[in-house]
Amino acid sequence: MIINHPLLGPRDSAEFTYMGDAKLIDRPDWQAPEALAQFIDYGYMRDNPDGAHRELWYHEQGDRSFLVVTRDTTTHEIFAVELARDVARSRGQSR
Amino acid sequence: MSQINRLPGGQIDRNQTLNFTFDGKSYQGHAGDTLASALLANGVRLMGRSFKYHRPRGVLTAGSEEPNALVELREGARKEPNTRATTAELFGGLTARSQNKIGSLRFDLMAINDRFSNFLTAGFYYKTFMWPAAFWEKIYEPIIRNAAGLGSISLQDDPDAYDRGFLHCDLLIIGAGPAGLAAALTAGRARAQVILADEDFTLGGRLNSERLAFADQSGADWAAQTVAELASLPNVRIMARTTVLGAFDHGIFSALERVSDHLPQPAPGKPRQVLWRIYSKGSLLCAGATERPIAFENNDRPGIMLAGAMRSYANRWAVTPAQRVAVFTNNDDGHRTAADLHAKGVSIAAVIDVRPDAPQSQDYEVIKGGQVINSRGRLGLKSIEVVLPGGATRQLTCGALGVAGGWNPNVHLTSHHRGRPEWLPQIAAFGPPSQGPKTLRIAGAAKGELSTADALRGGADQAASWLGENGFSAAAVELPDAEDAPVSMTPFWAVKGCNRAWLDQQNDVTVKDVKLAHKENFVSVEHLKRYTTLGMATDQGKTSNMGGLAIMAELTGKAIPEVGTTIFRPPYTPTAIGAFAGRDRGTDFRPIRKTPSHAWAEEQGAVFVEVGLWLRAQWFAKAGETHWRQSVDREVRATRESVGICDVTTLGKIDVQGTDAATFLNKIYCNGFAKLAIGKTRYGLMLREDGIAMDDGTAARLAEDHFVVTTTTANAVSVFRHMEFARQCLWPDLDVQLISTTEAWAQYAVAGPNARRLLQKVVDPEFDLSNEAFPFMACANITVCGGLRARLFRISFSGELAYELAVPTRYADAMIRRLMQAGEEFEAVPYGTEALGVMRIEKGHAAGNELNGTTTALNLGMGRMVSKAKDSIGSTLSERSGLNQTDALKLVGLWPVNPANPVPAGSHLMAKGDPVDAAHSQGYVTSACFSPNLGHSISLAYVKSGDSRMGEILRLVSPLTGFDHEVEVVSAHFIDPKGERLRA
Amino acid sequence: MRYSALRVIKEALTGHKGWTPAWRDVAPQAHYDYIVIGGGGHGLATAYYLARDHGAKKVAVLEKGWIGGGNVGRNTTIIRSNYLLDGNEPFYEHSLKLWEGLEQDLNYNAMVSQRGILNLIHSDAQRDAFTRRGNAMILNGADADLLSTQTIQKRYPFINVDNARFPIKGGLAQHRGGTVRHDAVAWGYARAADQLGVDIIQNCEVTGFRIQGGTCLGVETSRGYIAGGKIAACVAGSSGRLMSKAGMRLPIESHVLQAFVSEGLKPVLPGVITFGAGHFYCSQSDKGGLVFGGDIDGYNSYAQRGNLPVVEDVCEGAMAIFPMLGRVRLLRMWGGIMDMSMDGSPIIDRTHIDGLYFNGGWCYGGFKATPASGWCYAHLLARDTPHEFAKAYRFDRFEKGQMIDEKGVGNNPQLH
Repeated sequence: MIINHPLLGPRDSAEFTYMGDAKLIDRPDWQAPEALAQFIDYGYMRDNPDGAHRELWYHEQGDRSFLVVTRDTTTHEIFAVELARDVARSRGQSR
Repeated sequence: MSQINRLPGGQIDRNQTLNFTFDGKSYQGHAGDTLASALLANGVRLMGRSFKYHRPRGVLTAGSEEPNALVELREGARKEPNTRATTAELFGGLTARSQNKIGSLRFDLMAINDRFSNFLTAGFYYKTFMWPAAFWEKIYEPIIRNAAGLGSISLQDDPDAYDRGFLHCDLLIIGAGPAGLAAALTAGRARAQVILADEDFTLGGRLNSERLAFADQSGADWAAQTVAELASLPNVRIMARTTVLGAFDHGIFSALERVSDHLPQPAPGKPRQVLWRIYSKGSLLCAGATERPIAFENNDRPGIMLAGAMRSYANRWAVTPAQRVAVFTNNDDGHRTAADLHAKGVSIAAVIDVRPDAPQSQDYEVIKGGQVINSRGRLGLKSIEVVLPGGATRQLTCGALGVAGGWNPNVHLTSHHRGRPEWLPQIAAFGPPSQGPKTLRIAGAAKGELSTADALRGGADQAASWLGENGFSAAAVELPDAEDAPVSMTPFWAVKGCNRAWLDQQNDVTVKDVKLAHKENFVSVEHLKRYTTLGMATDQGKTSNMGGLAIMAELTGKAIPEVGTTIFRPPYTPTAIGAFAGRDRGTDFRPIRKTPSHAWAEEQGAVFVEVGLWLRAQWFAKAGETHWRQSVDREVRATRESVGICDVTTLGKIDVQGTDAATFLNKIYCNGFAKLAIGKTRYGLMLREDGIAMDDGTAARLAEDHFVVTTTTANAVSVFRHMEFARQCLWPDLDVQLISTTEAWAQYAVAGPNARRLLQKVVDPEFDLSNEAFPFMACANITVCGGLRARLFRISFSGELAYELAVPTRYADAMIRRLMQAGEEFEAVPYGTEALGVMRIEKGHAAGNELNGTTTALNLGMGRMVSKAKDSIGSTLSERSGLNQTDALKLVGLWPVNPANPVPAGSHLMAKGDPVDAAHSQGYVTSACFSPNLGHSISLAYVKSGDSRMGEILRLVSPLTGFDHEVEVVSAHFIDPKGERLRA
Repeated sequence: MRYSALRVIKEALTGHKGWTPAWRDVAPQAHYDYIVIGGGGHGLATAYYLARDHGAKKVAVLEKGWIGGGNVGRNTTIIRSNYLLDGNEPFYEHSLKLWEGLEQDLNYNAMVSQRGILNLIHSDAQRDAFTRRGNAMILNGADADLLSTQTIQKRYPFINVDNARFPIKGGLAQHRGGTVRHDAVAWGYARAADQLGVDIIQNCEVTGFRIQGGTCLGVETSRGYIAGGKIAACVAGSSGRLMSKAGMRLPIESHVLQAFVSEGLKPVLPGVITFGAGHFYCSQSDKGGLVFGGDIDGYNSYAQRGNLPVVEDVCEGAMAIFPMLGRVRLLRMWGGIMDMSMDGSPIIDRTHIDGLYFNGGWCYGGFKATPASGWCYAHLLARDTPHEFAKAYRFDRFEKGQMIDEKGVGNNPQLH
């Protein structure tokens, strides 16, 4: 596969390490009342769609960016590639 | 003349005569021949035996789709089984042997199977060989296995090299027949970067096999002339002998170039083959079509072949399989074969055409509405039996029969993304799927455009269209005036009532087998394939699948497209495993990482051990030491008594910098790091988010905004990855930067009571190493040897007074030599990973065997380290009930009740008096060693509630290795439990 | 019809006229007591044991395509019970015992071939881990044998010991492990279940569940609505797709695993061998092809096809231990979809919806589990309590922190 890195352009997926569902960005608040239940869902439950899937790829043999790749799991077609850091910020992750 | 079946003309070089042997007999052929054409030239029709019935077989085809003529090519370590004689280029000195036989090819003892064919029908083995049960492995299976298989391998290491390479292009054109050449010409002239790949050694595809392709010149001449022009274009890369194997995602193709297979052996420094990964913006499949046979009784004898192949042999290789031949056809194409062979002076017994309205010939007999219903000839065709329209039969003597059943587009690559081929009624064949690989276009016969003119036009048009859509301006290419006959065929798959009529010639699947499959409800195409093995031979059904589908369609009363078809998988043709592996084999399987003082260690007699990709010194054998234990015990004793030095460069080192560095580490480690003072180091335990221990190490605070984190050797990469995830995905606004500095710093542990005194000799005098100024867990940027920058950490894995000294990698070799020199007065020793392991077990430190991915801080006896006062990765999920059971495993020490006994790792522990079974297991031994300080074996173990069972005697069992004796549960801290030494 | 050597001879002599369909083609009835969704090995085995051991009368197996078309027909055919953890080992050992009697049970020769499986050891730490595993196997009633390098060389004289990047320091063998003709497992169970009255309905895709008041009443299919007493999902590889129709999310991701077969060769490999320093496992089929595989591609996929990096990685593993395979040709590569669970172990459990049961999450260990999976699932369906051997395979183990993580890589499905 070829991943069109937002900063570096098209790169072979072999340069990347797959890191799973992009929902891993949405780490729950440890002090929320239902924190344990939320962490169990966060850690273990997956939508696992047959179709567009947002997922994390780490450019390990490259610039070390984490990317959020939107890819069709039935055709492997890639629709969008974003920097995970931007996605994380847009989803409220901060510090 | 020995080449009795050689005809005039052809594209062979008669000036180059090549000697070769087949089954030990010598023959001659010419440059340009394949092994198959050369054998046919010499009158050899019998080339192999079939898989199951060991029927005599000759060539069916003239290309890579060949199911029958498989040989063991070459000798010794270069022997390759199952090589197609039809694609093996002849070279001087070539040796080949027939395979899958007992005795000689002519008198194969296994041919007895054919006599019992009635018992050996499809799937017969599922119904028998079950009694008695124990006989399967001992009797039945060995017999079946020895009978099965095709060729044999040498069992010697492959002596040749394989390379893997990468290519990029605008347009990849697969196949250099008329469509591919026209496309390449169009794209090449438009200045696009073009790769033109063809599996053959001469480009041109079918053009090389046709006498009448063009009005004013031969197909071969036009092909050669076109290839010459393409070769002159710098933007076109022509790759002959290159098979495109598979279509992968996003325009990536895999292709195999056979660089040296046409040579006796690769030239020095050259690979045998190169596996290319081709990155294409667009691709065009021009792979042509494969002719299909017609099923009739005994249609598998040597001499019976596809009519198009017969024409190829005659026109390209100037060979006829026999002096008198016949043709059996359902379409006009068969007549071309007869005409071409007639033109070369071969006697035509007749053309038998199933169509009552078949075209007439002035030159030979045409039997219209006739059918070939049987054949004779034990080791090669002698005659055929023909049924005439009226029902009368005739025997025709002939040594070869060309069979023309129509053409199947070579759509293989188009269904590599699992699109299903779609039916093309006009040619009664499956064409490409509408949902193929996204960037792949198709032209020519692969698309069902079977005439030469259509193929040329199709190739040129597809190329022009792609070029137009991708910003190239393409001029129309003038195409030669080519044969443009419409397809005139009557679908005809099998002679009515035939049974032992072969569909899959290699796997011996006959019409009868399909009928049986149908009777037993194996009617889906996939069931048909798997039950009868139809299409599972080395040709993957290229010549057999359609016949089987047609028979099944007839049996089920469905149309062929309703029956469906199996899909194709890569590779297009079978491909050497060595080529996929490239150079990554043997010692080069994976890279080797050496620490910067590796050469020094070698000089000291180090025995190295693989630790991930690293090589680490395991121990340093001294003269006179004959057993590794002697070396290791000596190293441990010397370290504990005076001082030892160990290369710990392989530990992961991560620089963490930024104003939020402490905040970040506080989230990464389960224990607190926010308040770590500058100049201090702290042990840190990292959890995975699921609450399981991930790694441990130290973090040293060199400045307010600067930490150095160490990881275990094994987890250096994964911990860094984990930290980057946390930094970018979880806390993107923290001001923190990470860089792996594992390779940038060499690091040495200096351990033992004399460690300080030794270091004082190399550390520059302005740095005070006294216990007061630089206590246990201190760290600092220092200089050594007169100004060389270094880092010093007072940390101890051995339990001794110990330091770890880090210097920039380029000074590593000098540093270790200086340290050893400075240590001479203390009799300092270098120690390896074994001694390191012994000392850490003696001290009760956890390592990889304890941090095995299933253990928690609680198991490690560090439960209280997990801070509840802050958020850290893994802290929440570590609270789950199953990870906090009251009888949880706890890390303890063990020693043997009888000191002579070992306490081997991997043993399980039972309470005394309990049954010895898994249900009663109390835990297991993780790490073990002989402690030279205690004089007996010791180990670390996880024991249920182990921390409250000190002094209990357990039963250690290792049924696998035969141990069963008593051990005592003790503290894991075998040495200096109060930690006085490391604080000294 | 009973299969036997005599029957084969009789039919051969009488023109093969007497053979009957291995299973009937039937149209779905309006209601079944048990509806097993998925005509793969596990589903067919479940139906068989339901009918044979639990007296179930009205049982249907619904298959969206043709039976045996999923992972039972596209795996590397290995059977073994060399597991480490107590949650797994008794289950897989039971499975191996069922394999040992399967052909006589089913009256179908699935070519269960106990030629042994060997896991190579390349480091001291690996030996420690394999020793622990071997002991766990023996303590659970299975067989295990620690082999020296010399013994391995005797059995595999061509193995690369001298020129290896990661030297071979021994191996853990399970002599009762081996291979089975995978397609025949599906057909054998289908035929045996059919003979017990189970309706096997092909080309019948479940398109939805009819759920009312928290109870599953039946399934919508491409061949109409079918009501069921108990609905048993058994579609590993497609679990995510199917269960989403019931509104369920799972602790599972779908990943592609590729497998490979070489051209046929005369016998060369005596048993199953796995390379512990890379990811490569290989055996030779009765037909002579080397059947081999490696890691999953490592990204979510339902595409049933993979990519080149893993192909190359697997062949590198082959060439690392068997450099004599260089000239052997790879004939075919294919991909299957694995239910990769969050701890690498399966789930056989009730769901939160009454009447709806789940069997999945087999990662790439599903084939060897086929008999025990069917056995235990049938038990659960018939009695509503987990079978003793499958009691650890519950949905709530993640909530409770009772993961069964053989590889110790945590909630990273792509790493199991």
